[in-house]
Amino acid sequence: MRSMRFATAALGAAIALLTGANAFAGSANVAVAANFTEPAKEIAGLFKAKTGHDIVLSFGASGQFYTQIKENAPFAILLSADDERPKKLVSEGLGVAESRFTYAIGKLVLWSRDPATVKGEETLKANAFNKLSIANPTAAPYGAAAVETLKALNLYDTIQPKIVQGNTISQAFQFVDTGNAELGFVALSQLMPNAGGSRWLVPQNLYTEIRQDAVLLKASAGNEAATAFLAFLKTPEARAVIEKFGYALDPKSGT
Amino acid sequence: MNLHVSADIWQPIRLTLELAALTTVILMVVGTPIAWWLARSRAWWKEAVAALVAIPLVLPPTVLGFYLLVALGPSGPGGALASLWGARTLAFTFPGLVIGSVLFSMPFVVQPIRNAFEAMGDRPMEAAATLRASPWRAFWTIAVPLASPGFLTGAILGFAHTVGEFGVVLMIGGNIPGKTKVLSVAIYDYVETSQWAEASVLALGMVVFSFCVILTMMLIEKKMTKSAS
Repeated sequence: MRSMRFATAALGAAIALLTGANAFAGSANVAVAANFTEPAKEIAGLFKAKTGHDIVLSFGASGQFYTQIKENAPFAILLSADDERPKKLVSEGLGVAESRFTYAIGKLVLWSRDPATVKGEETLKANAFNKLSIANPTAAPYGAAAVETLKALNLYDTIQPKIVQGNTISQAFQFVDTGNAELGFVALSQLMPNAGGSRWLVPQNLYTEIRQDAVLLKASAGNEAATAFLAFLKTPEARAVIEKFGYALDPKSGT
Repeated sequence: MNLHVSADIWQPIRLTLELAALTTVILMVVGTPIAWWLARSRAWWKEAVAALVAIPLVLPPTVLGFYLLVALGPSGPGGALASLWGARTLAFTFPGLVIGSVLFSMPFVVQPIRNAFEAMGDRPMEAAATLRASPWRAFWTIAVPLASPGFLTGAILGFAHTVGEFGVVLMIGGNIPGKTKVLSVAIYDYVETSQWAEASVLALGMVVFSFCVILTMMLIEKKMTKSAS
Protein backbone atom coordinates (compact mmCIF):
# COMPACT_ATOMS: atom_id res chain seq x y z
CA MET A 1 0.00 0.00 0.00
CA ARG A 2 2.80 2.35 0.79
CA SER A 3 4.37 1.70 -2.56
CA MET A 4 1.01 2.46 -4.22
CA ARG A 5 0.83 5.77 -2.41
CA PHE A 6 4.36 6.59 -3.42
CA ALA A 7 3.67 5.66 -7.03
CA THR A 8 0.56 7.86 -7.10
CA ALA A 9 2.48 10.76 -5.60
CA ALA A 10 5.29 10.30 -8.09
CA LEU A 11 2.82 10.18 -10.95
CA GLY A 12 1.09 13.30 -9.68
CA ALA A 13 4.39 15.11 -9.40
CA ALA A 14 5.37 14.07 -12.89
CA ILE A 15 2.10 15.36 -14.32
CA ALA A 16 2.46 18.62 -12.41
CA LEU A 17 5.99 19.07 -13.72
CA LEU A 18 5.03 18.33 -17.30
CA THR A 19 2.03 20.64 -17.33
CA GLY A 20 3.62 23.14 -14.98
CA ALA A 21 5.39 24.79 -17.86
CA ASN A 22 2.01 25.85 -19.14
CA ALA A 23 0.36 26.43 -15.81
CA PHE A 24 0.43 30.17 -16.31
CA ALA A 25 -0.01 30.23 -20.08
CA GLY A 26 -3.24 31.80 -21.16
CA SER A 27 -5.10 31.78 -24.41
CA ALA A 28 -7.07 34.27 -26.40
CA ASN A 29 -9.38 34.10 -29.41
CA VAL A 30 -8.41 36.60 -32.06
CA ALA A 31 -10.59 37.52 -35.02
CA VAL A 32 -8.33 38.25 -37.98
CA ALA A 33 -9.22 39.94 -41.26
CA ALA A 34 -8.82 37.48 -44.13
CA ASN A 35 -6.04 39.46 -45.80
CA PHE A 36 -3.83 39.22 -42.69
CA THR A 37 -4.01 35.42 -42.50
CA GLU A 38 -0.39 34.49 -43.18
CA PRO A 39 1.34 37.17 -41.10
CA ALA A 40 -1.08 36.51 -38.23
CA LYS A 41 -0.16 32.84 -38.22
CA GLU A 42 3.55 33.59 -38.17
CA ILE A 43 3.29 36.23 -35.47
CA ALA A 44 1.10 33.99 -33.32
CA GLY A 45 3.74 31.27 -33.67
CA LEU A 46 6.52 33.62 -32.59
CA PHE A 47 4.38 34.86 -29.73
CA LYS A 48 3.69 31.36 -28.49
CA ALA A 49 7.36 30.43 -28.61
CA LYS A 50 8.21 33.52 -26.61
CA THR A 51 5.50 33.52 -23.98
CA GLY A 52 3.74 30.16 -24.13
CA HIS A 53 0.41 31.90 -24.61
CA ASP A 54 -1.95 30.28 -27.09
CA ILE A 55 -3.49 32.54 -29.67
CA VAL A 56 -6.44 30.94 -31.43
CA LEU A 57 -6.97 32.63 -34.78
CA SER A 58 -10.20 32.90 -36.74
CA PHE A 59 -10.10 34.33 -40.27
CA GLY A 60 -12.88 36.06 -42.15
CA ALA A 61 -14.54 39.25 -43.23
CA SER A 62 -14.20 42.19 -40.84
CA GLY A 63 -17.85 43.09 -41.31
CA GLN A 64 -18.89 39.62 -40.28
CA PHE A 65 -16.67 39.66 -37.20
CA TYR A 66 -18.02 43.06 -36.21
CA THR A 67 -21.56 41.71 -36.34
CA GLN A 68 -20.62 38.62 -34.38
CA ILE A 69 -18.77 40.63 -31.73
CA LYS A 70 -21.84 42.76 -31.22
CA GLU A 71 -23.67 39.51 -30.52
CA ASN A 72 -21.11 38.51 -27.87
CA ALA A 73 -18.87 36.30 -29.94
CA PRO A 74 -15.99 35.17 -27.69
CA PHE A 75 -13.21 37.12 -29.38
CA ALA A 76 -10.68 38.99 -27.26
CA ILE A 77 -9.14 41.00 -30.08
CA LEU A 78 -10.25 42.14 -33.51
CA LEU A 79 -7.53 42.60 -36.12
CA SER A 80 -9.69 44.36 -38.65
CA ALA A 81 -9.07 45.08 -42.33
CA ASP A 82 -10.15 48.68 -41.75
CA ASP A 83 -10.22 51.29 -39.01
CA GLU A 84 -14.00 51.75 -39.17
CA ARG A 85 -15.04 48.63 -37.29
CA PRO A 86 -12.63 49.08 -34.37
CA LYS A 87 -13.71 52.72 -34.08
CA LYS A 88 -17.33 51.62 -34.02
CA LEU A 89 -16.64 49.01 -31.37
CA VAL A 90 -15.02 51.63 -29.16
CA SER A 91 -17.83 54.13 -29.62
CA GLU A 92 -20.38 51.43 -28.92
CA GLY A 93 -18.69 50.61 -25.65
CA LEU A 94 -17.44 47.18 -26.71
CA GLY A 95 -13.82 48.05 -27.35
CA VAL A 96 -11.14 49.45 -25.11
CA ALA A 97 -10.38 52.92 -26.48
CA GLU A 98 -6.71 53.08 -25.49
CA SER A 99 -6.00 49.71 -27.06
CA ARG A 100 -6.88 50.74 -30.62
CA PHE A 101 -3.91 51.22 -32.93
CA THR A 102 -2.99 50.72 -36.58
CA TYR A 103 -1.12 47.44 -36.85
CA ALA A 104 -0.68 47.52 -40.62
CA ILE A 105 -1.38 49.66 -43.64
CA GLY A 106 -2.69 47.69 -46.59
CA LYS A 107 -1.51 48.05 -50.15
CA LEU A 108 -3.87 47.55 -53.09
CA VAL A 109 -2.58 45.71 -56.14
CA LEU A 110 -4.09 44.98 -59.54
CA TRP A 111 -3.00 41.41 -60.27
CA SER A 112 -3.34 38.75 -62.89
CA ARG A 113 -2.16 35.15 -62.88
CA ASP A 114 -1.00 35.67 -66.44
CA PRO A 115 2.39 37.42 -66.74
CA ALA A 116 1.36 39.47 -69.76
CA THR A 117 -2.00 40.85 -68.68
CA VAL A 118 -1.36 43.64 -66.21
CA LYS A 119 0.87 46.43 -67.44
CA GLY A 120 -0.35 49.23 -65.27
CA GLU A 121 -3.10 51.80 -65.33
CA GLU A 122 -3.42 51.35 -69.07
CA THR A 123 -4.66 47.79 -68.63
CA LEU A 124 -7.78 49.15 -66.98
CA LYS A 125 -8.18 51.84 -69.61
CA ALA A 126 -7.81 49.33 -72.44
CA ASN A 127 -10.63 47.31 -70.86
CA ALA A 128 -9.71 44.21 -72.84
CA PHE A 129 -10.85 41.68 -70.27
CA ASN A 130 -14.06 39.82 -69.42
CA LYS A 131 -14.12 39.92 -65.65
CA LEU A 132 -12.49 42.05 -62.98
CA SER A 133 -12.56 40.62 -59.49
CA ILE A 134 -12.88 42.77 -56.38
CA ALA A 135 -13.87 42.15 -52.81
CA ASN A 136 -17.37 43.20 -51.81
CA PRO A 137 -16.98 46.97 -51.31
CA THR A 138 -19.56 47.18 -48.54
CA ALA A 139 -17.97 44.45 -46.47
CA ALA A 140 -14.25 44.65 -47.28
CA PRO A 141 -12.05 47.78 -47.32
CA TYR A 142 -9.93 46.46 -50.18
CA GLY A 143 -13.13 46.26 -52.20
CA ALA A 144 -14.01 49.82 -51.32
CA ALA A 145 -10.47 50.88 -52.24
CA ALA A 146 -10.81 49.12 -55.59
CA VAL A 147 -13.99 51.04 -56.34
CA GLU A 148 -12.32 54.29 -55.22
CA THR A 149 -9.41 53.63 -57.58
CA LEU A 150 -11.70 52.97 -60.53
CA LYS A 151 -13.67 56.12 -59.80
CA ALA A 152 -10.49 58.18 -59.41
CA LEU A 153 -9.45 56.98 -62.87
CA ASN A 154 -12.94 57.77 -64.23
CA LEU A 155 -13.28 54.15 -65.32
CA TYR A 156 -15.88 52.89 -62.87
CA ASP A 157 -18.92 53.27 -65.11
CA THR A 158 -17.32 51.55 -68.09
CA ILE A 159 -15.83 48.70 -66.08
CA GLN A 160 -18.69 48.20 -63.65
CA PRO A 161 -20.60 45.60 -65.76
CA LYS A 162 -17.50 43.42 -65.74
CA ILE A 163 -17.01 43.40 -62.01
CA VAL A 164 -17.46 40.23 -60.01
CA GLN A 165 -17.43 40.41 -56.25
CA GLY A 166 -15.85 37.99 -53.86
CA ASN A 167 -17.29 37.94 -50.39
CA THR A 168 -13.87 38.50 -48.85
CA ILE A 169 -10.53 39.59 -50.26
CA SER A 170 -9.52 35.91 -50.12
CA GLN A 171 -12.37 35.00 -52.38
CA ALA A 172 -11.63 37.88 -54.72
CA PHE A 173 -8.11 36.52 -54.94
CA GLN A 174 -9.44 33.01 -55.55
CA PHE A 175 -11.43 34.19 -58.56
CA VAL A 176 -8.25 35.51 -60.12
CA ASP A 177 -6.07 32.62 -58.99
CA THR A 178 -8.36 30.04 -60.61
CA GLY A 179 -8.37 32.06 -63.80
CA ASN A 180 -12.10 32.71 -63.69
CA ALA A 181 -11.41 36.44 -63.65
CA GLU A 182 -8.49 37.54 -65.79
CA LEU A 183 -7.45 40.12 -63.21
CA GLY A 184 -8.52 41.62 -59.94
CA PHE A 185 -7.79 44.03 -57.13
CA VAL A 186 -6.15 42.09 -54.33
CA ALA A 187 -4.01 42.83 -51.30
CA LEU A 188 -0.24 43.00 -51.86
CA SER A 189 0.12 40.70 -48.89
CA GLN A 190 -1.65 37.95 -50.80
CA LEU A 191 1.06 38.04 -53.45
CA MET A 192 3.95 37.52 -51.08
CA PRO A 193 6.42 35.98 -51.21
CA ASN A 194 6.25 35.26 -54.90
CA ALA A 195 2.98 34.81 -56.65
CA GLY A 196 4.23 35.43 -60.16
CA GLY A 197 1.84 36.69 -62.79
CA SER A 198 1.75 40.40 -63.47
CA ARG A 199 0.87 43.25 -61.12
CA TRP A 200 0.42 46.97 -60.73
CA LEU A 201 0.89 48.48 -57.30
CA VAL A 202 -1.88 51.05 -57.16
CA PRO A 203 -0.50 54.52 -56.27
CA GLN A 204 -1.62 55.58 -52.81
CA ASN A 205 -3.12 58.84 -54.07
CA LEU A 206 -5.88 56.94 -55.85
CA TYR A 207 -7.50 55.50 -52.77
CA THR A 208 -7.95 56.22 -49.10
CA GLU A 209 -5.22 54.63 -47.01
CA ILE A 210 -6.29 51.18 -45.83
CA ARG A 211 -5.45 51.53 -42.19
CA GLN A 212 -5.92 48.20 -40.48
CA ASP A 213 -6.65 48.71 -36.80
CA ALA A 214 -6.53 46.35 -33.87
CA VAL A 215 -8.72 46.69 -30.81
CA LEU A 216 -9.03 44.86 -27.51
CA LEU A 217 -12.57 44.00 -26.54
CA LYS A 218 -13.73 45.18 -23.12
CA ALA A 219 -14.97 41.75 -22.14
CA SER A 220 -11.37 40.50 -22.39
CA ALA A 221 -9.64 43.51 -20.86
CA GLY A 222 -8.27 41.28 -18.11
CA ASN A 223 -7.02 38.58 -20.44
CA GLU A 224 -3.27 38.58 -20.04
CA ALA A 225 -2.60 36.63 -23.24
CA ALA A 226 -4.68 39.13 -25.21
CA THR A 227 -3.02 42.28 -23.85
CA ALA A 228 0.41 40.70 -24.26
CA PHE A 229 -0.36 39.80 -27.87
CA LEU A 230 -1.41 43.34 -28.70
CA ALA A 231 1.80 44.63 -27.15
CA PHE A 232 3.77 42.05 -29.13
CA LEU A 233 2.30 43.36 -32.38
CA LYS A 234 4.06 46.67 -31.73
CA THR A 235 7.51 45.17 -31.22
CA PRO A 236 10.14 45.40 -33.98
CA GLU A 237 10.09 41.60 -34.27
CA ALA A 238 6.40 41.48 -35.16
CA ARG A 239 6.58 44.60 -37.30
CA ALA A 240 9.35 43.07 -39.36
CA VAL A 241 7.06 40.13 -40.12
CA ILE A 242 4.20 42.46 -41.02
CA GLU A 243 6.41 44.38 -43.41
CA LYS A 244 7.77 41.17 -44.90
CA PHE A 245 4.24 40.25 -45.88
CA GLY A 246 3.74 43.37 -47.94
CA TYR A 247 2.20 45.87 -45.54
CA ALA A 248 3.30 49.38 -44.75
CA LEU A 249 3.74 50.33 -41.11
CA ASP A 250 2.41 53.22 -39.10
CA PRO A 251 5.47 54.80 -37.45
CA LYS A 252 3.32 55.82 -34.49
CA SER A 253 2.41 52.24 -33.63
CA GLY A 254 5.90 50.94 -32.96
CA THR A 255 7.74 50.42 -29.69
CA MET B 1 -39.29 52.11 -39.48
CA ASN B 2 -37.53 53.49 -42.48
CA LEU B 3 -37.08 50.72 -45.00
CA HIS B 4 -34.85 51.05 -48.03
CA VAL B 5 -36.13 47.97 -49.74
CA SER B 6 -36.04 49.49 -53.18
CA ALA B 7 -37.80 48.35 -56.31
CA ASP B 8 -34.84 46.23 -57.34
CA ILE B 9 -35.49 43.84 -54.52
CA TRP B 10 -37.61 41.99 -57.04
CA GLN B 11 -34.56 41.20 -59.09
CA PRO B 12 -33.06 38.68 -56.65
CA ILE B 13 -36.51 37.24 -55.99
CA ARG B 14 -37.20 36.69 -59.68
CA LEU B 15 -33.68 35.35 -60.21
CA THR B 16 -34.06 32.90 -57.33
CA LEU B 17 -37.41 31.62 -58.59
CA GLU B 18 -36.04 31.23 -62.12
CA LEU B 19 -33.02 29.34 -60.83
CA ALA B 20 -35.11 27.06 -58.63
CA ALA B 21 -37.67 26.35 -61.36
CA LEU B 22 -35.08 25.58 -64.02
CA THR B 23 -33.04 23.42 -61.66
CA THR B 24 -36.11 21.45 -60.62
CA VAL B 25 -37.20 20.81 -64.20
CA ILE B 26 -33.70 19.67 -65.18
CA LEU B 27 -33.46 17.45 -62.14
CA MET B 28 -36.80 15.81 -62.83
CA VAL B 29 -35.66 14.99 -66.36
CA VAL B 30 -32.15 13.90 -65.41
CA GLY B 31 -32.94 12.43 -62.00
CA THR B 32 -35.80 10.14 -63.02
CA PRO B 33 -33.73 7.76 -65.18
CA ILE B 34 -31.07 7.70 -62.45
CA ALA B 35 -33.69 6.93 -59.81
CA TRP B 36 -35.25 4.26 -62.05
CA TRP B 37 -31.91 2.58 -62.57
CA LEU B 38 -31.06 2.74 -58.89
CA ALA B 39 -34.43 1.22 -58.00
CA ARG B 40 -34.41 -1.61 -60.48
CA SER B 41 -30.84 -2.44 -61.37
CA ARG B 42 -29.13 -5.51 -60.05
CA ALA B 43 -25.60 -4.25 -60.76
CA TRP B 44 -23.27 -4.89 -57.85
CA TRP B 45 -21.92 -1.36 -57.99
CA LYS B 46 -25.29 0.35 -57.86
CA GLU B 47 -25.00 1.49 -54.25
CA ALA B 48 -21.66 3.09 -55.07
CA VAL B 49 -23.47 5.17 -57.65
CA ALA B 50 -26.16 5.95 -55.09
CA ALA B 51 -23.49 7.13 -52.66
CA LEU B 52 -21.93 9.31 -55.34
CA VAL B 53 -25.27 10.95 -56.06
CA ALA B 54 -25.79 11.51 -52.33
CA ILE B 55 -22.41 13.15 -51.69
CA PRO B 56 -23.75 16.73 -51.85
CA LEU B 57 -25.81 15.86 -48.79
CA VAL B 58 -22.70 15.69 -46.63
CA LEU B 59 -20.24 17.93 -48.44
CA PRO B 60 -20.05 21.47 -47.09
CA PRO B 61 -21.43 23.72 -49.83
CA THR B 62 -18.23 25.75 -49.84
CA VAL B 63 -16.22 22.63 -50.68
CA LEU B 64 -18.54 21.80 -53.56
CA GLY B 65 -18.46 25.46 -54.55
CA PHE B 66 -14.69 25.53 -54.61
CA TYR B 67 -14.35 22.49 -56.84
CA LEU B 68 -17.07 23.89 -59.05
CA LEU B 69 -15.12 27.13 -59.32
CA VAL B 70 -12.16 25.23 -60.69
CA ALA B 71 -14.30 22.96 -62.88
CA LEU B 72 -16.28 25.85 -64.36
CA GLY B 73 -13.17 27.90 -64.99
CA PRO B 74 -10.67 28.07 -67.82
CA SER B 75 -8.74 25.04 -66.57
CA GLY B 76 -11.85 22.87 -66.31
CA PRO B 77 -14.62 21.47 -68.54
CA GLY B 78 -16.72 24.56 -67.92
CA GLY B 79 -14.13 26.75 -69.54
CA ALA B 80 -13.89 24.42 -72.52
CA LEU B 81 -17.66 24.51 -72.94
CA ALA B 82 -17.80 28.27 -72.53
CA SER B 83 -15.17 28.80 -75.21
CA LEU B 84 -17.71 27.50 -77.72
CA TRP B 85 -19.43 30.83 -77.47
CA GLY B 86 -16.36 32.91 -76.80
CA ALA B 87 -16.49 33.10 -73.03
CA ARG B 88 -13.70 32.09 -70.68
CA THR B 89 -15.62 30.58 -67.85
CA LEU B 90 -19.03 29.43 -66.70
CA ALA B 91 -18.51 30.89 -63.25
CA PHE B 92 -20.33 34.19 -62.61
CA THR B 93 -23.06 33.19 -65.05
CA PHE B 94 -26.62 32.02 -64.62
CA PRO B 95 -25.92 28.74 -66.49
CA GLY B 96 -23.02 28.18 -64.10
CA LEU B 97 -25.39 28.60 -61.16
CA VAL B 98 -27.83 26.15 -62.73
CA ILE B 99 -25.07 23.55 -63.05
CA GLY B 100 -24.07 24.10 -59.44
CA SER B 101 -27.68 23.89 -58.24
CA VAL B 102 -28.37 20.73 -60.22
CA LEU B 103 -25.38 18.98 -58.66
CA PHE B 104 -26.13 20.28 -55.22
CA SER B 105 -29.84 19.45 -55.17
CA MET B 106 -29.66 16.14 -57.01
CA PRO B 107 -29.88 13.86 -53.97
CA PHE B 108 -33.04 15.69 -52.84
CA VAL B 109 -34.77 14.80 -56.09
CA VAL B 110 -33.33 11.37 -56.87
CA GLN B 111 -33.88 9.87 -53.41
CA PRO B 112 -37.67 10.35 -53.10
CA ILE B 113 -38.24 9.21 -56.68
CA ARG B 114 -36.08 6.13 -56.15
CA ASN B 115 -37.96 5.30 -52.96
CA ALA B 116 -41.27 5.61 -54.76
CA PHE B 117 -40.12 3.31 -57.56
CA GLU B 118 -38.85 0.79 -55.04
CA ALA B 119 -42.07 0.91 -53.06
CA MET B 120 -43.94 0.08 -56.24
CA GLY B 121 -42.16 -3.26 -56.48
CA ASP B 122 -41.85 -5.48 -59.54
CA ARG B 123 -45.43 -6.74 -59.82
CA PRO B 124 -47.08 -3.80 -61.62
CA MET B 125 -44.42 -3.72 -64.37
CA GLU B 126 -44.52 -7.49 -64.73
CA ALA B 127 -48.29 -7.43 -65.02
CA ALA B 128 -48.05 -4.76 -67.69
CA ALA B 129 -45.54 -6.89 -69.59
CA THR B 130 -47.87 -9.88 -69.59
CA LEU B 131 -50.51 -7.61 -71.10
CA ARG B 132 -48.02 -6.81 -73.91
CA ALA B 133 -47.36 -3.22 -72.97
CA SER B 134 -43.94 -2.00 -74.07
CA PRO B 135 -41.55 -1.01 -71.26
CA TRP B 136 -41.75 2.61 -72.39
CA ARG B 137 -45.57 2.63 -72.31
CA ALA B 138 -45.66 0.72 -69.05
CA PHE B 139 -43.33 3.25 -67.52
CA TRP B 140 -45.57 6.19 -68.39
CA THR B 141 -48.92 4.57 -67.72
CA ILE B 142 -48.09 2.45 -64.70
CA ALA B 143 -44.86 3.46 -62.98
CA VAL B 144 -45.21 7.24 -63.13
CA PRO B 145 -48.74 7.42 -61.71
CA LEU B 146 -47.87 4.94 -58.96
CA ALA B 147 -44.74 6.85 -58.04
CA SER B 148 -46.34 10.28 -58.31
CA PRO B 149 -46.04 11.13 -54.60
CA GLY B 150 -42.29 10.55 -54.93
CA PHE B 151 -42.12 12.83 -57.97
CA LEU B 152 -43.97 15.55 -56.14
CA THR B 153 -41.79 15.24 -53.04
CA GLY B 154 -38.65 15.31 -55.15
CA ALA B 155 -39.80 18.36 -57.09
CA ILE B 156 -40.76 20.30 -53.99
CA LEU B 157 -37.59 19.37 -52.11
CA GLY B 158 -35.39 20.20 -55.08
CA PHE B 159 -37.14 23.54 -55.56
CA ALA B 160 -37.02 24.51 -51.89
CA HIS B 161 -33.42 23.40 -51.52
CA THR B 162 -32.34 25.53 -54.47
CA VAL B 163 -34.22 28.56 -53.13
CA GLY B 164 -32.26 28.24 -49.90
CA GLU B 165 -28.92 27.62 -51.57
CA PHE B 166 -26.22 29.93 -50.34
CA GLY B 167 -22.75 28.48 -49.95
CA VAL B 168 -22.42 27.24 -53.52
CA VAL B 169 -23.75 30.47 -55.02
CA LEU B 170 -21.39 32.49 -52.86
CA MET B 171 -18.42 30.56 -54.17
CA ILE B 172 -19.18 30.68 -57.88
CA GLY B 173 -21.62 33.55 -58.29
CA GLY B 174 -19.59 36.74 -57.99
CA ASN B 175 -22.65 38.59 -56.65
CA ILE B 176 -23.73 40.09 -59.98
CA PRO B 177 -27.11 41.82 -59.68
CA GLY B 178 -29.61 40.37 -62.14
CA LYS B 179 -27.43 37.37 -62.95
CA THR B 180 -26.11 35.69 -59.85
CA LYS B 181 -27.27 37.75 -56.90
CA VAL B 182 -29.91 35.43 -55.56
CA LEU B 183 -32.13 36.03 -52.56
CA SER B 184 -29.92 34.28 -49.99
CA VAL B 185 -26.93 36.37 -51.05
CA ALA B 186 -29.01 39.57 -51.05
CA ILE B 187 -30.10 38.88 -47.48
CA TYR B 188 -26.50 38.15 -46.56
CA ASP B 189 -25.40 41.48 -48.05
CA TYR B 190 -27.98 43.34 -45.98
CA VAL B 191 -26.75 41.57 -42.85
CA GLU B 192 -23.12 42.39 -43.69
CA THR B 193 -23.97 46.07 -43.88
CA SER B 194 -26.12 45.93 -40.76
CA GLN B 195 -29.34 46.74 -42.60
CA TRP B 196 -31.37 44.55 -40.31
CA ALA B 197 -34.83 45.76 -41.24
CA GLU B 198 -34.34 45.05 -44.92
CA ALA B 199 -32.75 41.69 -44.19
CA SER B 200 -35.65 40.74 -41.94
CA VAL B 201 -38.24 41.63 -44.55
CA LEU B 202 -36.59 39.39 -47.11
CA ALA B 203 -35.89 36.60 -44.67
CA LEU B 204 -39.43 36.62 -43.37
CA GLY B 205 -40.71 36.52 -46.92
CA MET B 206 -38.59 33.46 -47.57
CA VAL B 207 -39.83 31.73 -44.43
CA VAL B 208 -43.47 32.36 -45.29
CA PHE B 209 -42.91 31.20 -48.86
CA SER B 210 -41.14 28.01 -47.78
CA PHE B 211 -43.82 27.26 -45.22
CA CYS B 212 -46.61 27.61 -47.78
CA VAL B 213 -44.76 25.48 -50.31
CA ILE B 214 -44.08 22.66 -47.89
CA LEU B 215 -47.56 22.74 -46.41
CA THR B 216 -49.07 22.54 -49.87
CA MET B 217 -46.77 19.65 -50.70
CA MET B 218 -47.79 17.70 -47.65
CA LEU B 219 -51.48 18.19 -48.34
CA ILE B 220 -51.20 17.24 -52.01
CA GLU B 221 -48.99 14.28 -51.24
CA LYS B 222 -51.49 12.97 -48.73
CA LYS B 223 -54.20 13.18 -51.34
CA MET B 224 -52.02 11.49 -53.97
CA THR B 225 -51.00 8.64 -51.68
CA LYS B 226 -54.67 7.99 -50.98
CA SER B 227 -55.56 7.81 -54.65
CA ALA B 228 -52.46 5.81 -55.62
CA SER B 229 -53.16 2.96 -53.21
